[in-house]
Amino acid sequence: MKTPDLLELAARNLRESVLRNSLTTLGIAVGVASLVAMLSLGVGLQQLATRRLEKTGLFDTVIVSRGDFGGFGARARGAATAENNRALDETARREISSLPGVLEAVPDLRMMTQMRFDGKPHRAMVAALPLSAHDREAFENIQGSFFSSRNAAEAIVQRRFAEELLGRAPGSDEASSAGEALPALQPLLGKELVMYYAERVPAANPSSGKAGTPGSSPTPPRASQAPAAAAPANGADAGVNTPLAAFSVVPQTRSLRIVGIVADEPDTLRGVGRARVFIPLDFAQGLQIITPSDLREGSGLADRSYTALSVRVRNSRDVPGVEGSIHRMGFNAFSVLDASRDLQRFFTVLDLFLAIFGSLALAVASLGIINTLVMAILERRREIGILKALGASDTDVKKLFFTEAGAMGIVGGVLGVTLGWMIGKVINAGANIYLHRQNLPSETFWSVPWWLVLGALGFSLAVSLVSGLYPAARAAKLDPVKALRYE
Amino acid sequence: MSMTTTTHNAPGTIRTVEICRHYTLGTSVIRAVDGISFSAQGGEFIALLGSSGSGKSSLLNLIAGLDRPTSGDVQVDGRSLSELSSEELARYRRHSVGIVFQAFNLVPSMTVAENVELPLRLAETERRDRAGRVGEALDRVGLSPRLAHRPGELSGGEQQRVALARALVNSPRILLADEPTGNLDSHTGMEIMELIRDCNRRLGMTVLLVTHERALAERYARRLLFLADGKLVEDQPILPFPGESAVRP
Repeated sequence: MKTPDLLELAARNLRESVLRNSLTTLGIAVGVASLVAMLSLGVGLQQLATRRLEKTGLFDTVIVSRGDFGGFGARARGAATAENNRALDETARREISSLPGVLEAVPDLRMMTQMRFDGKPHRAMVAALPLSAHDREAFENIQGSFFSSRNAAEAIVQRRFAEELLGRAPGSDEASSAGEALPALQPLLGKELVMYYAERVPAANPSSGKAGTPGSSPTPPRASQAPAAAAPANGADAGVNTPLAAFSVVPQTRSLRIVGIVADEPDTLRGVGRARVFIPLDFAQGLQIITPSDLREGSGLADRSYTALSVRVRNSRDVPGVEGSIHRMGFNAFSVLDASRDLQRFFTVLDLFLAIFGSLALAVASLGIINTLVMAILERRREIGILKALGASDTDVKKLFFTEAGAMGIVGGVLGVTLGWMIGKVINAGANIYLHRQNLPSETFWSVPWWLVLGALGFSLAVSLVSGLYPAARAAKLDPVKALRYE
Repeated sequence: MSMTTTTHNAPGTIRTVEICRHYTLGTSVIRAVDGISFSAQGGEFIALLGSSGSGKSSLLNLIAGLDRPTSGDVQVDGRSLSELSSEELARYRRHSVGIVFQAFNLVPSMTVAENVELPLRLAETERRDRAGRVGEALDRVGLSPRLAHRPGELSGGEQQRVALARALVNSPRILLADEPTGNLDSHTGMEIMELIRDCNRRLGMTVLLVTHERALAERYARRLLFLADGKLVEDQPILPFPGESAVRP
């Protein structure tokens, strides 16, 4: 029998017992809906977690340090050998920037310094951030704004530091983590914050630095030996192999306008080195702030090296490749990709369990299909006999019952996906109402990707066809002589 | 009216060789058909007569390919049905035989046209050719105006006409009729028998008619086979109509 005839006959047969077949199809729909609702929740939670983690910048970032520096990941990845003591300088930065999959490689500039606000001193870790950091989660609920330009003399302060500047006691942990604590600190916005820092200037002209730059003051915050010739700390090493570049350390001040307040530092990889004040990276580089590596290596202004680089990759999938390339260049590289892998494993297991629970309803529905089709065989026994007498082969009869089972599976699948989608939407809406009442921002916990829609339809069809196996075989084996005698 | 003569080479020849169909019920064996041998030439009209349980319908089912013999063989146009696979046997039923049952056996949910179209669907006949062939078959039985009716809306005689049209629509070589008038009054039964004889004469179909009405058999068939307890007890030719040749068993 040709397929259109098969479909026509199957549709006719299904219409004949419309109530029973509709109930069976509804059973399949409920099964598919539970599967889709469960998995869409699992997928949605996974996407939410991934989205959140990606926004932290942790999963697409590789921190690079010198090969002989026992810093980030030195133990985890194996410290580089002694010969891998290549300087992490501008040449290396450019080389890393040009690696496939790398978006940018920026110096990790941070220093402990003193700030003055309203005439009072405050100690703070200052970190320089590229403009690309704007996309990070930490700046989602910023109070105020991000840096206006790459060279702006602007600062974004961390909430606890802002509270300290305003002379307020730091809030409790619960309150401090909530986004609504920030508006209370709004008076700080637009105010001036004075940063004290040590500038390195070439030794040949130690005092011709930028002491007179606008907005700066030559007054050191406390007694200082500046200007003074700095000797490299690792003089033995540098003294043998590297021409020493002498430089002077000149105390400087710089006025910064507070433009934003954030709850957390964007770079949560840091532990004790967490910053409380952020300034634009290009602006910070222009200040020629002295860094620990300057003292260690004694490099000149032109070939100064960095303590660390923060390398952002296009996709978290690119991280292992980039890490490997950086290792081969002789540097230490560290990322939290392993944590990401664990997370993926967790969600895979979660999805598996959700799918198993969701499939239970579909398994029950498949029993409904078997029951319906077996009943149909009993009811249509004579009709099957007629078909066989007229020349229907066993295969024709089998195909007819398969088509009926498949039709119930497809219709049930479509209804189920729609129902599951609606259930997911309702759960999402309900959860967001709850979040709204808790003064938390809305989230999407639920997602129905195309693969889930197609997979659910395919699974529904497959389950229906498997359920149709026994009834179809039974119908095909009917003895036409007995079937024709059946009343 | 063109008369059909029976010949050994015409399509629709049937030959049974010591054919048996035994059923086992518990410890007892029921010999529904027990070693029947006979030959029917193409275009012959044979009536199978016998009392209830004599094995008429069982023999018809074996010739129709609806059942397989316990032993022996059925040959149609020289081809042994025992050697056919299940699929080949279905193809044989589809193209070579048309069956009319006492109980009509129409599909109640289908219209008259759909019932008649059913063998064409199974034979994978092109859709565009079907309406013409359905109309032709229904014309032959005089039921063209009832195309859209369902079997439940027809009289017994009309239902049997539909069953006959369905049996004819694929132009089979053999028409097997199992008590076709059994559920009809005598007048309607005569009408159906006239149609069957018409198929035999005009289309040259071999007709095997199962009946227990001797008068009906003698009136329409040209040869009578008497069955009792599953055995062929008598093979009796009937004088031919004028212009027909007698058939020798």
